[in-house]
Amino acid sequence: MNFTAVVINIIAVAGFLIAFAKDKNKTIRSLKIAGKSFIKLLPMVFVIIITIALLLGFVPSEQISKFVGEQSGITGILLVGGLGAILHIPALLAFPLASSLLEEGASVSAVAAFITTLTMIGAVTLPLEIKELGKKIAILRNGISLIIAIIIALIIGVVL
Amino acid sequence: MRNLKEKQKREMIRDWVLLGIILIIAIILLSIFPDRKEPVINTLWDYFVEMMLILPAVMVILGLFAVWVSKEIVIKHLGKASGIKGIFLAIILGALPTGPLYIAFPMASILLKKGARISNIVIFLSSWACIKMPQEMVELQFLGLRFMLLRLFLTIIFIIIMAIFIEKVIEWSENEEE
Repeated sequence: MNFTAVVINIIAVAGFLIAFAKDKNKTIRSLKIAGKSFIKLLPMVFVIIITIALLLGFVPSEQISKFVGEQSGITGILLVGGLGAILHIPALLAFPLASSLLEEGASVSAVAAFITTLTMIGAVTLPLEIKELGKKIAILRNGISLIIAIIIALIIGVVL
Repeated sequence: MRNLKEKQKREMIRDWVLLGIILIIAIILLSIFPDRKEPVINTLWDYFVEMMLILPAVMVILGLFAVWVSKEIVIKHLGKASGIKGIFLAIILGALPTGPLYIAFPMASILLKKGARISNIVIFLSSWACIKMPQEMVELQFLGLRFMLLRLFLTIIFIIIMAIFIEKVIEWSENEEE
């Protein structure tokens, strides 16, 4: 068990104990929400894990690094960035996927672009965003986010 | 509310169908290439363990915040905040682990009608989408401290710039229409 996992679990347990001391009913309600969200996330957890395992087991690293590795440059960033904008994966599950891509030779910038577009841009939620906030704000926000994601990816690539 | 429930049910069914498809693909691939079985199963197990070590805890934290920080509290605080304090508050309130993005849109819509600043609403939404606290924890776990901190820092800076820019564009286009 690594350090991060320990810290996260300590925070969860401490939070739970404090909450329980303050208000028992509210805490039980939170646990119910936690349980439900966990069960809801579970099928996607397995989908992602199996995808990762197949990716690492069958696709040779050279293939992945050819498309999204260091030498692929801006094309690689645009490719995964675009993919991230379309895909609708729970953000929590994007990180293990990203880490497996890194393992397989994807560049740090490509991975950063993937995570940033995946979380910031929602092609699937765009209709709802337009409905609630109007076309102008929604389209500006999603469009500029794509540009930002690429800039962030490039800077991360230079620094790390 | 009923719509939301139906939507969630549809998503749930979609996820299980997806799992079925990927399982079938995995089984077919592994029966064609039995020599790959061991590395694939090893990877599967490693990632499974790593996720199970953190996901339940992340869910508990999410659940606690969802109950304790109500929509009303967020709307009340963000509705009247302005300046640097407003920006700061929008980031913090967005980053609190309080649920999926489609909950945030109706909240943002109420804020907009209440006359909150457009820049703060954009910051709030973007922060909700991509600097959520539980996400950062999982990012730390899988991608390391340096990557997580650098991406977090850059994201905050650019979200603020984008928000101010969008506000200016909207104000400008509204003046044009008048």
